[in-house]
Amino acid sequence: MIEVVTAVDKLEPIEDIGGEAQPLLHVGGLTKHFPVRGGLFGKSKTVRAVDDVTFSIGKGETVGIVGESGCGKSTTARLLMHLMPRDAGDIIYDGRKVGRELSLRELRRGMQMVFQDSYASLNPRLTIEESIAFGPKVHGMADSAARVLARDLLGKVGLRPETFANRYPHEISGGQRQRVNIARALALSPRLVILDEAVSALDKSVEAQVLNLLVDLKREFGLTYLFISHDLNVVRYISDRVLVMYLGEVVELGPVDKVWDAPAHPYTQALLAAMPSSDPDNRTLVPPITGDPPNPIDPPPGCRFHTRCPYAEPLCSETGPKLTDIDHNGHEVACYMAIPNSGHSRAPVSEMTA
Amino acid sequence: MSAITDTALQAGPAEKARGYWATVGRRLLRDKVSMVCGFILLLIFLSAIFAPYLGLADPYQGSMIRRLRFIGTPNYPLGTDELGRDMLARLIYGGRLSLLIGILPVLLAFIIGTSLGLVAGYVGGKVNTAIMRTIDIFYAFPSVLLAIAISGALGAGIVNSIVSLTVVFVPQITRVAESVTTGVRNMDFVDAARASGADALTIMRVHMLGNVLGPIFVYATGLISVSMILAAGLSFLGLGTKPPEPEWGLMLNTLRTAIYVNPWVAALPGAMIFAVSICFNLLSDGLRSAMDIRN
Repeated sequence: MIEVVTAVDKLEPIEDIGGEAQPLLHVGGLTKHFPVRGGLFGKSKTVRAVDDVTFSIGKGETVGIVGESGCGKSTTARLLMHLMPRDAGDIIYDGRKVGRELSLRELRRGMQMVFQDSYASLNPRLTIEESIAFGPKVHGMADSAARVLARDLLGKVGLRPETFANRYPHEISGGQRQRVNIARALALSPRLVILDEAVSALDKSVEAQVLNLLVDLKREFGLTYLFISHDLNVVRYISDRVLVMYLGEVVELGPVDKVWDAPAHPYTQALLAAMPSSDPDNRTLVPPITGDPPNPIDPPPGCRFHTRCPYAEPLCSETGPKLTDIDHNGHEVACYMAIPNSGHSRAPVSEMTA
Repeated sequence: MSAITDTALQAGPAEKARGYWATVGRRLLRDKVSMVCGFILLLIFLSAIFAPYLGLADPYQGSMIRRLRFIGTPNYPLGTDELGRDMLARLIYGGRLSLLIGILPVLLAFIIGTSLGLVAGYVGGKVNTAIMRTIDIFYAFPSVLLAIAISGALGAGIVNSIVSLTVVFVPQITRVAESVTTGVRNMDFVDAARASGADALTIMRVHMLGNVLGPIFVYATGLISVSMILAAGLSFLGLGTKPPEPEWGLMLNTLRTAIYVNPWVAALPGAMIFAVSICFNLLSDGLRSAMDIRN
């Protein structure tokens, strides 16, 4: 149907090159600015949607990204998938730089994405089987083989192929549709799956089912996840490491337990404090954070959080703190309060100079 | 395979595979309005095609003493025109040219305009600007004036008037196609298809076309009647069909002098244009809702 090269019956997954120790994905200095035109004679401005974001994802790991809406989570996902051009930054997949050593086509075999809106992400005119089989056919799989694969994958995501293969997206429920989207993402046998708010639109019981499915699939196929969500409980449940974003920047990064138990950035602290408590004796009475995030069109100079930070000092509004490893064990924070000898009154004083 | 099996999801019998167009066809057959319109159009088409075999009077044979007979006159079931020619024969023979001149320009413009609009809407950016601004230049002229200008430049004749009408309709259809495409292009499933590594042409064919065709089609069928009227205008100016050739638009024009003498006969060609265009419109509307399988 598509590109008659030589129809193959099976797609081999992209091979593991660097071994266990090499991160599956390394992102360095990822930046995306959107120009905003200020009327006919107005000055043109830029929205700094993603600003110098650097992180890596180890093989077999699940990395969560959390943050308020508009903080650049989804833009990051789309940049990684090359659905929009980036302004700067390197994306290195298993040691190979995308564009130079790894073609975009190959990258797409190795990295797939599940979108938030389960309905909008399926073509209403195609049956579920056709939607899942589309990707493999693009990569040269024969039509019949692709359909067999699609039915096989439907079974793996818990949908009976005989019942669902010939249905249209509008004929099934939201949870079922998201299972189909997961099957579609897996059809190219990727090693990395980006889940952009993949369970956020589902109701709680269905959300739990799909989360468990994701955990099972990860084990079965040896997948690596980048899990984007605003739901902190879900992120804690599924992630190994977590990345906290604020206005297009990474403010804290580390193993999920460390970040949850000892959040070092005041924004992370506020975010965690804002989680509704299920204990009536332990209600959240004082709002942990007030005000709206500043307009990303002209973010405040210095630390972007200083306008809402209760501990802000003059230092914070001058230059922004760099992401710094505070425990030499992968817990990185961009806050002067956590960086030794930074000049902030609450900063720890390291033994070396004391 | 120890994947999660959700018993609730497994209920329901296995479903037979059926193609998209088979489903659309079945839904269309159930729609009474569409079926009636389709039947009327079929009747008009068949009678136009097989006109010489229907035993009709000669559509060119006039008579000075039998001019403007009323509807129901013996031997002249639909009366006679201002030169005493049989209206029934002229209407049926006239359908040949009128349907051609009504449908062909729209069909050509549909193909060209959809392609242009699809490319402009999908690729976006500079390509969009280039295509749409060029289209805007054509759009700036009133359609009648544009048709006359092009026809006048190319010279009289049916082929030339079809060409000029096509040029008139391309911008309109392109604009509709572009706006529909832009809407579909921002849907996540197009991004998902791009993420799977498909090239632009494959995405346009597999994912875009089916989702944009319906609204464009409905708009285009509405242009069929406009095309007939514009063609009549060209004929009136001596740029299209030439008398005594029977053609609905031309007949409407020449009979307008008889509107006070015999209004019913004078209205007949208009009634044919009306019937054809409304049938096309309702049929395409039915087709669109049949294609929209979400309902």
